[in-house]
Amino acid sequence: MLMSRVLAVLLLLAVVFGAMTGRMADVALAAVSGTQQAVELILSIVGTICLWSALMEVMNRSGLAAKVARALRPIIVLLFGKYGRDEQAAEAISQNMAANLLGLGSAATPAGLRAAKRLDELARRDGVPPDSVLLLIVINTASVQLLPTTVAAVRATYGSQNPYDILPAVWVASIISVAVGIFLAKTFKRVWRDK
Amino acid sequence: MTNYIVPVLIFFILAHGVATGTNIYSALLDGAKQGLLVARDIFPAVLIMLTVIAMVRASGAIDLISNSLAPVLAPLGVPAECLPLALLRPFSGSGALSVGSEVIAQTGPDSTAGRIAAVMLGSSETSFYTIAVYSAYIKMKNTRYIVPAALGADVAAFVASATAVRLLMG
Repeated sequence: MLMSRVLAVLLLLAVVFGAMTGRMADVALAAVSGTQQAVELILSIVGTICLWSALMEVMNRSGLAAKVARALRPIIVLLFGKYGRDEQAAEAISQNMAANLLGLGSAATPAGLRAAKRLDELARRDGVPPDSVLLLIVINTASVQLLPTTVAAVRATYGSQNPYDILPAVWVASIISVAVGIFLAKTFKRVWRDK
Repeated sequence: MTNYIVPVLIFFILAHGVATGTNIYSALLDGAKQGLLVARDIFPAVLIMLTVIAMVRASGAIDLISNSLAPVLAPLGVPAECLPLALLRPFSGSGALSVGSEVIAQTGPDSTAGRIAAVMLGSSETSFYTIAVYSAYIKMKNTRYIVPAALGADVAAFVASATAVRLLMG
């Protein structure tokens, strides 16, 4: 629904401004050239999407993703406290984080949902608000991805000299963003009062 | 340095696969096929969004809004061109990809604004979608402080993207 309203507002802007600035011919032309731009963009990034999807499948089958997940265990205990020591929860959270990190979007969500369910059960068992679930969701809304391959493909499409030169900047911005998310979640946990 | 990351990583992933006795060829073919499905799934949204954005740009509205907002955003280091991207990012992944691609195409992939748009796309997620999926799955009715915490992280990602590009890539 929200996207429908966004599109309606954008089209209204295009028509009103097109009329005011006398550029309606350009607006009409853009309705054609925009579709061509979309087709060209998808065609030029589909190869990169397929290549990394292929490499990620190799990481899944060779057990590399599972190794990364095991390496993340100490961080999970640090973030989730005693719930990070629950075997079932820790296993699902680490799979979720490893998949996000490696860009395995399709593997990240099922593992994340399993982790959310387990953390929710543990909170109910202890009779406490599900702050651990909220923390997990906040971490999932702030992406930490080692290789933003789709964005790199878009940059290559438009002629970047080195599409991957943004990597250090992406890492810094991702870490700051996830750190702010964790800090806010931990702070709200202390001060939040349910009505 | 960044030139080494991708080739070395590809080599490492494949070498690890061979060393563990994985049938890497069949894994690669299956994975590539999944990639094709991803591209197919995002195409409709990208087509609609890019076309509408192209029409808004042609009308002159984007330039006018960007120019009038530039003084407000300048102290944060966020180029005005990137504002529509930041506004759409938490709501729609393919919408943000379309708007971001448009910024990269218009300002150039190696310009400061083009790089900031790319870093913004790479360092943030479709927050509202993620919140909706998780809270629906565990039937959580009260999401409490998730939205302010997630949006705070998104704002941090945008400001940090602009700062990181300016500091690291001058």
